[in-house]
Parts: sequence; structure tokens; C-alpha cells
Amino acid sequence: MNQQGVRWTAEQVLALAPDDASRRAGSRLGAAGPWSGGGSDGSGVVWGLCKGSGSTPYRTVVDTTGPAYTCSCPSRKFPCKHALGLLLLWAADGEPVRGSEVPDWAEQWLAGRRARAAGGGNGRTGDGGPPAASADPRAARRRAEQRAARITAGAEELEQRLADLLRGGLAAADRAGYGLWEETAARMVDAQAPGLAGRVRELGAIPGSGPGWPVRLLEECALTHLLDRAWLDVERLPEPLAATVRTRVGLTAPADGPAVRDHWSVLAQYDTSDGKLTTRRVWLHGRGTGRAALLLSFGAAGRAPGLALPVGVVIDAEVRPHAGAGQLRAELGEQFSVPVPDTEPPAGGTVARALAAYGTALRDDPWLDSWPATLTGVIPVPSQDGGWQLADADGGSALPVATAALGRPGLWRLAALSGGRPVTVFGECGHRGFTPLTAWSADTPETVPLT
Amino acid sequence: MTTTTWEDLVTSALLGTDRRPPAAGAPARSAGEDAPLALLDAAALHTVRRRAGLLPGPAAALPEPAPDDERPVLPEPARRRLAHLLADRSGSPSGGRRGAAPDLTELLPQWLSAANAHGYRAPASVLPALLDAARARTDLRPAALTFAGPRGLWLARLNPEWRFALRGAPGGTALPDPADAEAVRDLWDEGLFAERVALLGAVRAHDPDTAAALLASTWSTERAEDRLMFLDSLRTGLSDADEPFLEQALTDRSRNVRSTAAELLSALPRSAFARRMAARAATCVGLDRTGPEATVTVEAPHECDAGMQRDGVQPDPPPGRGERSWWLGQLVEAAPLTVWPARLGGRTPTDIVALPVADDWGDELHAAWCRAAVRQRDPDWARALLGPPKTPPATGPGTSSLAERSKLLSILPDAERALWVADFIAAHGLSEAFQLLGVCAVPWAEPLGRAVVDALDIARDAGSYPWSFSGVMGLAERCLDPGQADRLEVLTAVPDEPEGASPGAGGYWSEAFQRLVATLRLRAAMHAELLPVAPPPPPCT
Repeated sequence: MNQQGVRWTAEQVLALAPDDASRRAGSRLGAAGPWSGGGSDGSGVVWGLCKGSGSTPYRTVVDTTGPAYTCSCPSRKFPCKHALGLLLLWAADGEPVRGSEVPDWAEQWLAGRRARAAGGGNGRTGDGGPPAASADPRAARRRAEQRAARITAGAEELEQRLADLLRGGLAAADRAGYGLWEETAARMVDAQAPGLAGRVRELGAIPGSGPGWPVRLLEECALTHLLDRAWLDVERLPEPLAATVRTRVGLTAPADGPAVRDHWSVLAQYDTSDGKLTTRRVWLHGRGTGRAALLLSFGAAGRAPGLALPVGVVIDAEVRPHAGAGQLRAELGEQFSVPVPDTEPPAGGTVARALAAYGTALRDDPWLDSWPATLTGVIPVPSQDGGWQLADADGGSALPVATAALGRPGLWRLAALSGGRPVTVFGECGHRGFTPLTAWSADTPETVPLT
Repeated sequence: MTTTTWEDLVTSALLGTDRRPPAAGAPARSAGEDAPLALLDAAALHTVRRRAGLLPGPAAALPEPAPDDERPVLPEPARRRLAHLLADRSGSPSGGRRGAAPDLTELLPQWLSAANAHGYRAPASVLPALLDAARARTDLRPAALTFAGPRGLWLARLNPEWRFALRGAPGGTALPDPADAEAVRDLWDEGLFAERVALLGAVRAHDPDTAAALLASTWSTERAEDRLMFLDSLRTGLSDADEPFLEQALTDRSRNVRSTAAELLSALPRSAFARRMAARAATCVGLDRTGPEATVTVEAPHECDAGMQRDGVQPDPPPGRGERSWWLGQLVEAAPLTVWPARLGGRTPTDIVALPVADDWGDELHAAWCRAAVRQRDPDWARALLGPPKTPPATGPGTSSLAERSKLLSILPDAERALWVADFIAAHGLSEAFQLLGVCAVPWAEPLGRAVVDALDIARDAGSYPWSFSGVMGLAERCLDPGQADRLEVLTAVPDEPEGASPGAGGYWSEAFQRLVATLRLRAAMHAELLPVAPPPPPCT
């Protein structure tokens, strides 16, 4: 067994917590006190016995490669505080988890998992399409056609609303308020076009987004109109672009691209939430292929998304891209090794190159808001008005830091790491500016997450 | 190609195409199509073209790089531990009942002082969390800022929320060599207040006379509050050489400066000030040998004359105190303690404290002696005034106030102090020990640790709930020698409930002891992680 498997940091562990209460409870259990009989086997499995209020201790096992958890406690939180505490203890190399012999009670669960994984693997290779396809292809096609027709009706209705809006003027949109947009968004949900619904909701938020909103509203209205038009003529579009349009409208494209095996660096992981759904984004970078891949994972309210990959590790794995031009979304396939620590940041470039890459990507997908980029040798620069820039070390060109990233603590970590000297920064580069996600400095081997 | 400008499109969109149709030349759709849709077509083209053609802007002035920090990097496990301690900080400080797990927030001060003792450099990425922690807790600030070092100070300048760091940051900026007269002069004349205080301290440690000259050179132009702070900084390394300067400060414009100067002078028993005070105090306190046993007699001063006022005696008593006893207290407090053995028949401090005092002046006199002992840091008098630890506090010689007792204790040498508190706890239990424990050196000496644990054990057997002792428990977690963890393990078992015990107390005690043991283990691990692993790599620049 490989004992070099990388340990997570406390921050990575706490990122798994479903809510603040669990985070606190888990932190409290992340110390030797109640734990005994624990260990880890180097392949990413951690186990331990946690003394609770009852007479028998709770049995907690975590497979960090999933990650997957099991615990004999009655908690319905997932992962429970015991799993979090155990991982914290393991992260700190605590005394009670220094064992290496997998106990029987942990082995049972692991064996079950392995069996299911093998079964699931077979199932996946059996058919590539959605399960319904094999059941009754004709019925499936009919359903798909019905849905496409609904979306078309929705797109036409949205076109009408946009036309009305422009005819009356955007100035009136400010007065109409949010309710009108909410109602339109609901109509798009009825039309089974979640992509359009999401865009409409964003349109509704723009009038309240501060100075310059009419320009932004016009830009986004125009791009929504572009998407409507593209959908209405999707049959005439060339295939990769057509797939992109379908994805943007809200039809999920299958991850049916050819699998790419590489040593994937985990560059960033961050969550966004709209109140109902938490979306987790994980950025990967293939060390051999130089490809970028975006893994998405979702968690319903109060639950952490299932996927968790610690930033700063490399995994030997297969990644299966989704269809569509300019789409980086992918699914993580088979992993061939435990994660090992990353040694260096990906190769990067200047701020001009990052913007140029975004521009090129727009050719394939004009609806892209940003594109992943690694900036090498940039210095974070504060400006008088509270904004920040990332400037090339020679002081020539600079990119503004996106407004949304300005209030985050990560920006201060970036400033601290730099100390006024050049650093390497990975992030998302787009028309709103640059959103820094991860940074490296020559002073330290650390990979510093900024999210 | 369109000839319509983006501004035209925005104007039309804002006002509505009904009122303001877009200029001719927008990409023509087939006849009869709506103007709004034509506008949107053109706007989409503009938008994508603008986004695809984005160019970087000019860079603002690059910041001055942070000064180098030559301290060695933290060992990796210690870095992880720090991240853990700081991550836990966000948790609520008082989340109801405490479980069996250690309270990590309380360990941060200890971790920082240990890391500073090793002289490590703070990892840059934790600086924001560290500064946030120091912002929330004033007591953390000195250690946190020392650890944060020059990079921390550099960062704090950029964020108004961390402005506190710029005031009185120790070692934040590199001080010039104290022997370099010119550089010293420059910083003294132009530095920030915090830098000047630090500079004065450094020069003083190097050559007290130069420091005195430096201070005197600008003294008359300093603001009163700054004069007070400078004077206060003389406390460190106070010596007879400071007397002339302090004597001069007795005539300062500001009353606070005058009284601080008087206070500092009274800590110099060989000064002229001390002689004046000794003479005044001696006229007030004498020995009456006429009775069957010698008695201390007190004749409080009848007036507060100009000379007394010049020497810092406050003429006006606080409400509710007689002015004569108020003056007496100040005279005795400021008089050197060495005056009393000669004045009171060659007795030792212990004998003097044991003497009866006439006319109920005893409390007043003993309280003044306590303050004098603290001010002059006289262990013999402190010992005498504390009395034997086994004596019940109310009937002790000097003072029954726990606050004053802990001040007296802090003058005794570490080992003696620990032993005194240990005996006190053995005799009187824990209920009054909290403040006294607070002044004992950490980790607690063995006899003291044993006394505390024994007392906790007794309290448990007595059947009370552990939270009656939560203050002492918390202190024990932070201050007991981590080596005691194994010995304490036996106490974590849930005991049989004794007759008449509070229901369930046994379980809670077991939990409290579990937390104690876990915290001790954690502290041992923390300190072990901070030990240098290998010769540190040369710092990168």
C-alpha cells in the first residue's frame, strides 16, 4: 500500500461539512479525546471508533477517494460530525488514527463498496445512453421531441418579451421590478428550459446591480436573444455548436466524449449556491495533455455536494468530456492511483495571453462568461478605489480583479502570499475581469486556495 | 458591417425603439421585421466582438514589496496545526455545554508564543486569518503581530480593518542599529509613534544615557499623551540613571505625567524622591513601646503641602474616603520599604506585619505596604504580607483581597509562588484559587499541578457539578504540564455515583477530565511539532 497518499488539510475537510453546525461539531471532535482504534491504510481509507454518549462507540469509516462515508451514529447529516472529526484528526496526523490494520467492521463496508463499484462499472460500460433509451427508444424519442417543442415555444415567448422590453425601453425595466422577470423565469421552467430560466433570473438582477446597468442589461438581453435564435435554428447549426446551444438552453449533454487519461492536477474547488442548490466546481488541469476540465457536482439544500478533491494534489485518472464546442465540463472516470501532492503550478502566461484565450474560446461558445487561465509572474495591485488588479511583473499590462471576488477573504490571502512580488495565479478570466482561485509563490511549496 | 455605434444602440435600448428607432445601417433584416429584434441582433454582435477583443489595461503603480523575513519556515505539521487552530476560531466561542473535546481557540495564544520562542516565520497564506484573529482578540495582538512579522505589517497597511496592527506593532519595521547615531536620529525625528517607542527601547537597552539624551532632546515638544507613553516605556530597565530625568518630569505640565514620574521614582529606593517620601512617611508611623507589647502608632498627615503635591501626592481623595488617610496611604505607598525595619525597632518585615496597629489604622497601613511591595518588587515584604498560605484569607496579615494577593504573589520567584498557591489550594480548596492560579508560571510546577488535580478529585467525590469549577478546569487545560496526561487518565472513568451526589455529575466529570487529558495531549503534540526538524532551508528571496 502506498503510504504517501496525501493528507487533506483542515480547510479541505471542513469544506465537506453540510452546514455550520456540523462544521463546529466536527471541529470539536477533531481531537484525540473521544477517539480510539483508528487508522488509515494509505489508499485513502480512514477509520476510527468515537465514544459518544452511549456505551458502544460509533464506528466511522471514510473512503477519501470518493469521498464516501459510513458511521453507526443515528445522525441524518451527511457527512456526520464523526466523519468530519475523524478526517480532521487524520489531517492532523492525530495519535488515535495511526493504526494501519483495517478492522473487520470497516472491511465489511469497504468490501460492499468495492462490489457495488464493480457492478456500477459494468452497468456503465453496458450502455452509453440514458437508461430509458434501452427501454423503449421510440417512446424516448417522442419524449425528446415533446420537450424540444416546449422549449421552442418557450424561446419564442422569450423573444416576444425581449422585443416588448426593447420597444418600451430598458429604462422601464427598472420600474417594472423583479416580479416580471420572476414570472418569465417561471414560464421558462415550465418550458423545461432551465438554461433560459437561469438567464432570465440573471437579467432580473441586473437593474439593481449598480451604475452602468443599462449597458450590462443590453449585453445580456442581446446574448439571450442570440441563444433564442440559435435554438430556433438549431437544426441548421454545425454539430459541435448545436450541442453547445442545447447545453446552454438546458438540455444536459451526455459525457460521451473519448476518455482522456492523464495526471490531473486539482487546481481549484469552490461552491456557489442559489439557496436551493449548491453547485461545486472543480477545475482540473492535465499535466500531460495541457487540457482543462471542469467537474460539476450538486448538493440539495443543506447537503454538501458529493464530489470533493483536495486542491494541490495530482490524480492519475480518466476524464470524460461532455459534448459541445467550447465546453470544458467533464465527468471524472476511473482513478488509477491515490492522489499525490502536486509539485508545481501549471505553465501559464501573461495577462494579455489569458484575455486572448478567452477571446478565442468565444468563437466556439459566444455565451462564455470566462475561461480558465494561469497567470505567471503577476503582482496583485490595490487601487485607490478599493479595486484590485493583477499586473504583469514588468508593470505594463493589468487585468482587473472581478468585482464579485473583491470582498472574498481569498483576495487577502493572495495579497499576503505575494507580498508585492510576482506570484502564479490560476483563475477564471472573462469580460467581468479575473477571478483568482488558486495561487503559488516561489517562497513556499504550498498550493494556496483562494476560494 | 454595421455603422451603428454601441452608444447609439444603448440609447435606443434605454429609451425604447418606439421612441428612438436605432440609426439606419443596423444589420437589415427582411422587411417588416421588428426594430427591437434588429437592435438585439446588432447588440449581440457588438457584445461578442467587444468581449473577444478585450485587451489588458495599464497597470497601476506596483506596490512596494514587503521587507524580507529571514526567520525559518514552520515545520509542516505545525503549519497544519496553525491552520486548524485558526479555522476553529470561526466556531462560536460559547456553543453551550462543552464536550470532551479540547477548546482549540484557547490554545492559540500558547501556540503563538511557542512559535515565537522558536523564532519561526508565519506562512504568508495564514496572515489574513491571523490578523482577523488578532483584531477580534486584543490579548492575542502582541504575539500575533510578532509572529506575523514584516509581511503581516505590510499587509495590514492595505486593509483598514487591520489598522490596529500599525499602532504599536513590535518589530514591525526594521529598527536601525542603536549605535548608528544618524539613523537613530532620523527615525526619532520622523518615525511613527510606535516606531519611536520601539526605537527608544532599543537604544535604551544598548546605552541608557544616549536614550535619555534622545528623549530629553524633543521632550518639551511632545504631546502630553505621547510624553505619558514614553515615560511608561521607561518602566523596562528602570535604573538610578533615570532619576534626574524623572525628577524633572515631576514638574511637567500634565498631571498624569507628573504622577507617573512619581510612581516610577518611588520604585527607585535610592533616589532623592524616595528619601523625601521616607522622611514624610516616617513622621506618620512610629512605635509605641510603653504598653505591654510594642504597637505601631499612626499619625496621619494634617495637610497636603506644596512639596507633597509636587512629589505626586493627590490632594483630593475619592468620594467616601477621609483625606488624611488618603494622604497617608500615598506617602507609605511611595516610601521605600527599607525605611521601616530601622524605624520600627530593627524588626524583619514578617515581624513588622505581625505588630498590632493602634487606632484601627491596621488595614490602611497594610494595604499601603502591599502596594509599596508590588511597586518596589520586594519579595521579603510580599512574603510577609501574604502570610503563610494555610492561614484563612480573612485572617491573614496583609490583605484579604485576591487581586492584591495575586499581585504580591507575582513578585515571588516562580517556584515559591507555585508552592504557595499549592499549599493554599490544599488548605482552602479551589473556590478562591482562580485569580491566584492566573499568576503562576506555565506550565505549572509539579506540586501545584498535583494540588489542583487533587482538589478537582475531591470536588468530584463531593458530588458537585464540574461547571462550578469550569474556570479552574479551563486554566488547568492550558497550564498543567502536558506530561501529566497519563497520570490523569484514571480520572476519565465514569465513577460510581456517591450517596447524595448531584444526578449525572459523574458522567460530566468524566467528560471534563477527558477534555483535560485530550487538551494536555494536544498541547504536547503542538509543542513537539514546533521543534525544528532539520536544518532549515535557506530562505528564498
